[in-house]
Amino acid sequence: MIEMKNIRKTYRVARRNAGFGEVLKSFFHRDYETVTALDDVSFSIRDGETVGYIGPNGAGKSTTIKILSGILTPDSGECLVDGRVPWKNRIDHVAKIGVVFGQRSQLWWDVPVVDSFELLKDIYSIPPDIYSRNKDELTELLDLGEIIRTPARQLSLGQRMRCEIAASLLHSPSILFLDEPTIGLDAVSKIAVREFIVRLNRERKTTIILTTHDMQDIEAITKRIILIGKGKILLDGDISDISGSGDIDHTVAELYRTYEI
Amino acid sequence: MMKRENHKKPHKTPAAKLYLHYISIQIRSLMQYKKSFIMNAMGQFLASFNAFVGIHFLFMRFHSISGYTYGDVLLCFSVVQMEFSLAECVARGFDSFSKIVRQGTFDRIMTRPRNEILQVLGSSFELTRIGRTVQAALIFAYGTSHAGIEWSFSRVLTVLFMLIGGTGVFSGIFLINAALCFFTLEGLEFINIFTDGAREYGQYPIDVYGKRMTRFCTAVIPYTLVQLYPLHYLTGRSDSILYMLLPLAGLFFLVPCYALWRFGVRKYKSSGS
Repeated sequence: MIEMKNIRKTYRVARRNAGFGEVLKSFFHRDYETVTALDDVSFSIRDGETVGYIGPNGAGKSTTIKILSGILTPDSGECLVDGRVPWKNRIDHVAKIGVVFGQRSQLWWDVPVVDSFELLKDIYSIPPDIYSRNKDELTELLDLGEIIRTPARQLSLGQRMRCEIAASLLHSPSILFLDEPTIGLDAVSKIAVREFIVRLNRERKTTIILTTHDMQDIEAITKRIILIGKGKILLDGDISDISGSGDIDHTVAELYRTYEI
Repeated sequence: MMKRENHKKPHKTPAAKLYLHYISIQIRSLMQYKKSFIMNAMGQFLASFNAFVGIHFLFMRFHSISGYTYGDVLLCFSVVQMEFSLAECVARGFDSFSKIVRQGTFDRIMTRPRNEILQVLGSSFELTRIGRTVQAALIFAYGTSHAGIEWSFSRVLTVLFMLIGGTGVFSGIFLINAALCFFTLEGLEFINIFTDGAREYGQYPIDVYGKRMTRFCTAVIPYTLVQLYPLHYLTGRSDSILYMLLPLAGLFFLVPCYALWRFGVRKYKSSGS
């Protein structure tokens, strides 16, 4: 169970105009602007639910994921994930969640993927029997047979993403955060990733929170979407209620226009 | 498909075991580039040889500096070299920490259920510094015979303490450098005065630079505790057991360094990178 109540988060950003003179000026005096990344965000997600978290770039999606995964502390508001405050007891919290950043690798670059898995086993203190069972099943389901014996740097993006997902699930987390997991993938890999996530949710009852710009991901994986724009939750509901019968990309573009984000 | 486990973890992988696992991954990565490793290690070996040649020529002209003989200075030089290269080996992750913060790798560290420092230490292990360590060890052997040191149990212990304390002090400075990255995003070059600078100036016992320098290097950054005083014990200038134990006291320097680091992590959590 994930509950966010009135979460607010602001950043201070230094701004300056272009030009060398401006660089010098900013050296002595900087203009800071406060940017509100999250403004009174509240939602709750039940165990075993799949949620698509969508919104344009800079809407606050990543900030939300970072708060839920214990990386950032919000300015104000309450948040409980399975009864834990993510930023208060980071180590307890992160042992029970999995996070996939689509744009950043968590594998060790120069060694075969299976070496990274072994290290994660020690990082998460996964008991040997659970580790080997999870590894075997993930290898089979994500079709990683030969791939995990290859150094990460020599994998294609699609192969690597499947390994990233496996790496985030070795410790059997009850919640999985996926931040743009299909970014840059070809059609075959996208479908493989989507099918795996659906299956993971159905069979392991893992709660899935997915951010993406690919609306087909949303269609394939989630029923519920939360739309965020300019730091505010604009919409939270069932996808079929919103889209009607039209094409989902157009529906979402229409939503963005309606809310002027 | 697997059921969700409700595993209560009976035990956590011990930090030391996990650290060694990290190191083994680093070494395996390094071995992907064997030639580069060998050249680097040789480069390290030769580069610091330079400094030794400098000392050698100096002592061909002068027979002592502020009362220190060639052998004394070689001892001092080689111990500081060993301390520094060991610290670089182990605490390299702090030295290149600005990259970890700027590339967002620290976010990943925060999503793993382990102490942040352990993970940063494990992220990088500079084995090429082994070249410098080996070279320093050779000079140490040469220096001891020159200085005519009569080895005793307590003197061997003193050298060991110097290595532990000195590696700790240098690592502490690397840790400060890393902690400052949370505020500046960039490593600060001036910190190198205290690392590379100390390595260079530390070739000579610190009191040759005068009283003020000695005071600074005792009160602010405790170099003298790991260099000057134990050296006096080693060369028989002093019999005080205190001088033998001072290097371990140098480890207290890590306390304020760690406090600054904690402060930096808290700042990171509230503002991100």
